[in-house]
Amino acid sequence: MVKLVMLKRILICVWAVFGAGGFGTALAATEIQQVDSPKGIHAWLVQEPSIPFIAFSFHFQGGTLLDADDKSGATNLMTELLDQGAGDLSAEAFSRRAEELAAHFTFRASRGSVTISAQVLKSNMDEALALLKSAIHAPRFDADALARTKQQTISSIESKGKKPRDIANTALVASVFGDHPYARTVEGLVETVGDLTHADLTAAHARVFVRDRVFIGAVGDITATDLGAVLDDLIAGLPLADADLPAKAAYKSKGGVQVIDFDTPQTVLRWSLPTLTRDDPDFFAAFVLNHIIGGSGFQARLYTEIREKRGLTYGINSYLATSRWGDLWGGGMATANDRVAEAVGLIREEVQAIADNGVSEAELSDAKKFLTGAYPLRFDGNKRIVKILSGMQADKLGVDYIATRNPQVEAVSLAQINAVAKRLMDAEGLNFVLVGRPIRGEW
Amino acid sequence: MRILLFTLALLFTTTAYSQPATTLKDRITQYTLENGLEIVVIQDHRAPIVTHMLWYKAGAADEPRGKSGIAHFLEHLLFKGTKTREPGEFSRIISINGGSENAFTSWDYTGYYQRVAVNLLPLMMELESDRMQGLILTEEDVLTERDVILEERNSRVENKPSALFGEHMARLRYPNHPYGIPIIGWWHEMEALSQQDALEFYRANYAPNNAILVVAGDVQPDEVLAMAKTHYGGLKRADTPPRVRVTEPPARAPIRTVFTDARVSQPYIIRTYPAKSRVSGQQRAAAALQMFSYIFGGTGITSFMGQEMQLAQKISINQSSRYDARALDNSDFSLYAVPAQGVSLQDLETALDATIAAFLEQGVDDAHLARIKTQIEAEQIYALDNQSGLARQFGASLSSGLSVADVLEWPGLLQSITAEEVMEAARGVLNNKATVTGWLMGEEEEETMSETISKTITGEGDS
Repeated sequence: MVKLVMLKRILICVWAVFGAGGFGTALAATEIQQVDSPKGIHAWLVQEPSIPFIAFSFHFQGGTLLDADDKSGATNLMTELLDQGAGDLSAEAFSRRAEELAAHFTFRASRGSVTISAQVLKSNMDEALALLKSAIHAPRFDADALARTKQQTISSIESKGKKPRDIANTALVASVFGDHPYARTVEGLVETVGDLTHADLTAAHARVFVRDRVFIGAVGDITATDLGAVLDDLIAGLPLADADLPAKAAYKSKGGVQVIDFDTPQTVLRWSLPTLTRDDPDFFAAFVLNHIIGGSGFQARLYTEIREKRGLTYGINSYLATSRWGDLWGGGMATANDRVAEAVGLIREEVQAIADNGVSEAELSDAKKFLTGAYPLRFDGNKRIVKILSGMQADKLGVDYIATRNPQVEAVSLAQINAVAKRLMDAEGLNFVLVGRPIRGEW
Repeated sequence: MRILLFTLALLFTTTAYSQPATTLKDRITQYTLENGLEIVVIQDHRAPIVTHMLWYKAGAADEPRGKSGIAHFLEHLLFKGTKTREPGEFSRIISINGGSENAFTSWDYTGYYQRVAVNLLPLMMELESDRMQGLILTEEDVLTERDVILEERNSRVENKPSALFGEHMARLRYPNHPYGIPIIGWWHEMEALSQQDALEFYRANYAPNNAILVVAGDVQPDEVLAMAKTHYGGLKRADTPPRVRVTEPPARAPIRTVFTDARVSQPYIIRTYPAKSRVSGQQRAAAALQMFSYIFGGTGITSFMGQEMQLAQKISINQSSRYDARALDNSDFSLYAVPAQGVSLQDLETALDATIAAFLEQGVDDAHLARIKTQIEAEQIYALDNQSGLARQFGASLSSGLSVADVLEWPGLLQSITAEEVMEAARGVLNNKATVTGWLMGEEEEETMSETISKTITGEGDS
C-alpha cells in the first residue's frame, strides 16, 4: 500500500508558470558566468564543485502550441518518445544505457516550451551526454514505441477527462484563450493523437529543436571551457528555425460562471481575470498585489477569509501568469457542492474590496518582506537553480535581474499598488469555471 | 562576463567553514538532550539556508480507536496560538522573513518544518519548542479547522476514486492493524473530532522524549546543539504511551475485490503481499526484498515486469512493483498493472501471475542487478543536492524505529545483496498467499472477477 503523507497546505496552479513574475534567484555570493561556446552557443553557468555531478537545463521555446489543429499532441508525443529509442539503441537499450551511467534525463513538453533536464555524474559525463545527444538529434520514433506511447497518452487524456481538476483547468484556459493554440491541452485530443504518424513526429521534432530558440543553464562541477565543448557538441549542430512563432493569444472571456456538471461531492473552482503584460511598468505592483490577495504563505486575504475564518476549503491561491503567449490572473479552490455559492460570493467580494479600498500599508510592507526574503531561498540545490537559469533567459531577463528584482519589489508604493488594484481587479469581469454538482446560488 | 552577487552576503553572517567531504556520513552529527530529544545535524554549506524539522514519533497509527484523523487534525491545529504567541503569529514571522513552512502526518510520524535563512534558526527553535507544550485551542478554531480537514478529505479522497480504492484495499489488507485506517481519517469519525480529542492526543504524544529534531543546512553541529539546549532543553519529558499496536491475525485465504466507480476511466489491478519492514540492526532481509522490488518492477521497461508484460506480451501499458521498506510495523510488497487497450483485467491478472512464475523460474539477470547497484551508488551523490530530502530521510527513519547507523548502512547493504538473496526474498514474499488483489474499474466496463469474494460499489456511507 502506498504510504500517503498528508500535507497541511497545498497550492493549486493551472499554469506552467514560466514568467509568473519574480522568476529568478539571488545566489548568495555565487557567480553566474555567461558562457559563449566556440561555435556561438550561449549558456549560463554556476560552478558548484562540492558535489561531483552536473545539472543541465535546455529550454526550447515554442512547445505544444506549435502543433497544427489537426495534429494536436504531436509535440508532446514526440517529446515522450525522445528516450524511447535513439541512434543505434532501441527503447529498452536506451534505458539500460542510462541505468549503466546512472544518468537522469527528463523530457517535458508544455504549451510554450519543450524542456530537457539532465543530471549526470562528473565521472562519466561524456558518455552520458553522448546518450543525451542521440535523444535530441536522432530519436527513432520506432513503430513499437510509438504505438505504446500513444496508448499511454490516450489513457492519460481519457483519465484527465474524468478528473474534476483537469477538466476545470482545461476549461478555464479554453474560456480565456478561445481557439488559439495556447488554449489547447499539452497532450492533445484522443482523436488527433490516435492519428499521429512517424512523419508527424519528425516534423514536430524539426520545429522544436532549433539552435536559435534554446536557453541553457548548467550548474555543478564543470568549467566554462568544458561547458563550451558540451554546448558545441549537443546544440551547435541543430538547424535554425525556419518558421515564426505564433502571435500572442488575446484574453477573450467577458466574465461569468460556467458550470460543468460532474457527479462528485466536491466542486473544483477556477477563476480568471485579464491582467497586464510582463513588460508593463506596473508589473511588480501587480505581482505584489497577487501575493496579498492569494499568494503563497498563510497570510493572503483569500486564505484568511475562505479557509482560516470559514473553513470552506483546504487550499486556495491565486497566481499571475504572464508569458509571451498570453496573460491572465487566475486562482482556484475546491469546496463541497453545497458551499460553492458562498465561496463564489466571497471571492467576488474580496476582488471588489481590493479594487475599491486597496491594500493597507502593513499588508504592502509584509508582502514585500516575504517576497524579497523568499527570493534568495529559491536556490535550493543544483537541480533547482539550473531550471531558474534557463527560465530567466526564456523570460528575457538579464543576469542583472537578480540584483534588480528585489529593489523593484521594494519600489512598489501604496499609491501605485492601489491604482493597479483599481485597474485590474473587477468582480464583474471574473470568469469562473465550476466542475462538480454545485448547488446553484446567486451567480 | 561575471557578475558577483552580494545581495545576501550583507544579510547573512556566513562563516568560512570548509565544505565537508562528499560522503553523507561525514556530514551527519547526532546528539541527545537530557530530556530525551534526539538531534540530527546534516551539514550543507552551499548556501546560507537551513531546514529546521521537528518530528514526533506519533502518527495516525498511534490514534485511539474511533478517533481516526486526530493526529492529522492536531497537526493542523498546531498552527493556532500558544500561551505566548497569537494565532498565526508563528506563520507571520516566517512569512515576513521570506521563509516557507509546512507540516505532514503519516501513519508512523508527524512532522513540522521551516526553511529559512540560517540566521533565523534560533527563532525557529524558539517558536517550534513553544508549541510543543504551550498550545492554546479555542472551540471556534477547532470547529472551523475541522471543516478544513473535511474539505481536505474531499479533495484528496472523496473526489478521487483511486484514493477511495486505496483506502478500501488497505482496509482489507489490515482489518485489525491501524495501517488499515486512513491517515486523514474516516469521514464519520472526523466530523465528530473535538477540541478535547486533539488536546488529549497532544498531551500524550508531544514531548521532547518523543521527538526528533533534524537541522540541515549551513550550520555547525556544536552551534546547533547549543541552540537546541537553550530552546528545547527546558521542555519536560512526558509519559508517552508505548508504541505497541495490535497485530493482524493470520490471513487464511487470499482476498479479492472489485471496486467500481463511474469516475474511473483507466482500470487497473493492485495486489499486495504482506512483507516485513526494515528492522534496526537487522536490515539485510529488507534490503534483499528492496532489490527484488527494483528488479521485478522498479525500473520501468527494463524491469522484469516491463520486459515481459509491456514489451514482449504488450498486455500492459504501465506496471510496477513497490516495497515500502520503512515502517514501524509490518509493511507490504505490492504489484500494479494497467491493461493495454482491449485487454481484460482477468487476462492481465493471468499474465501477472505468469510473469511471477517466469521470474521464479528464470532468476535474476546479473547485468540488471549490476545496473541497479550502479544507480544506488550514484543516488548517494545526487541525494546530497536535496537538503530537505536528506532531512526527511533521517526524520522518517528515526521515527519509524530505525537509527542513524541504519540509514547510513542501508545503501551499502543494498550493494552487497547477491542474486541468490534476491531470489530467496522473492520466494519468501511471493509464496505468501495472504494477498489482497483489487480491480479498479469504471461502471460501464464492469467485468466479472473469477472467485469473487467481496464486491463493493462506492456510495455514501460505504467508505
